[in-house]
Amino acid sequence: MAEETTLTLPERLQGVEPVRSIRTPATLEYAYSPGKAASLFLQEVAKKRLVGQRCPVCKKVYVPPRGSCPTDGVPTEEQVELPHVGTVTSFCVVNVQFYGQAMELPYVSALILLDGSDIPIMHLIQETKAEDVHMGQRVEAVWVPDEEITATLESIRYFRPTGEPDADWDTYKDNV
Amino acid sequence: MADVEVLSAPLIVEYPFSRTTGPVIGAFFTALREGFVVGVRSKDGRVLVPPFEYDPVTSEALDEVVEVGDAGEVLTWSWQAETLEAQPLDRPFAWALIKLDGADTGLLHVVDAGDPAKMRTGARVQARWKDEREGHIGDIECFELAGES
Repeated sequence: MAEETTLTLPERLQGVEPVRSIRTPATLEYAYSPGKAASLFLQEVAKKRLVGQRCPVCKKVYVPPRGSCPTDGVPTEEQVELPHVGTVTSFCVVNVQFYGQAMELPYVSALILLDGSDIPIMHLIQETKAEDVHMGQRVEAVWVPDEEITATLESIRYFRPTGEPDADWDTYKDNV
Repeated sequence: MADVEVLSAPLIVEYPFSRTTGPVIGAFFTALREGFVVGVRSKDGRVLVPPFEYDPVTSEALDEVVEVGDAGEVLTWSWQAETLEAQPLDRPFAWALIKLDGADTGLLHVVDAGDPAKMRTGARVQARWKDEREGHIGDIECFELAGES
């Protein structure tokens, strides 16, 4: 413990409730561009389609695509349409309220490996209890109503369990 | 992919920080809320405004909070010709280091001078206080050139 400092205060400050903290908010305003590959992905999302890109060298399918393969350093130009079903590879149960949070607690954020892809996307898991979410669980996308679908991943409201048996470990072990 | 329309969207990041002040800086903000200014006396007898918690030369804890004036003189200044959002004033103004009466150091604040031709080093300025104060540097809305208000 630091030693308590005894201050000599001018009379006008004596017996006055002291200020102990001050507001120091910061706001950063950006115009964010996702680039060509992810723009294409989002434009396909607006059509209710999930389209990744395959690396011509290692054959991995990236979603959302970034336009190149991080392993081979080559452009990924082949478009691959993916199903709206995948496997939970990892998840986090959120129990702590934080600024700007819109979700009711607890909720589950998970990494979901869409079938046929080689990198998981992050999304919400709902229509199940938080404690029932687990690795290997099969889940499917629940989209917002068609007329509300736009070029954002928020067009998928969340994923929910399909009720299928869990995926084999071998099918997602490279993505944990 | 040459014909892809590249998207763009606003991305606004907000940090709703608050900072604890400690006793010495806290006294400075408390005084602002009460409508006056304090500094702290350093070990060599100077009055530092805004106050430091520790002596800038000897590093000893400082504990003598002293009141200074809310008017003073411009030590140095710079003109903000085009204002940005969240700056203290929405019209062109001067940033200035202001040595308040009774202080030995400069306090960074703004001078609502209207015209850079009216600003000069050594100019007398007077604080314009907000009516509703919360213990924040913005409790002084700005300084104005003496004899102009």
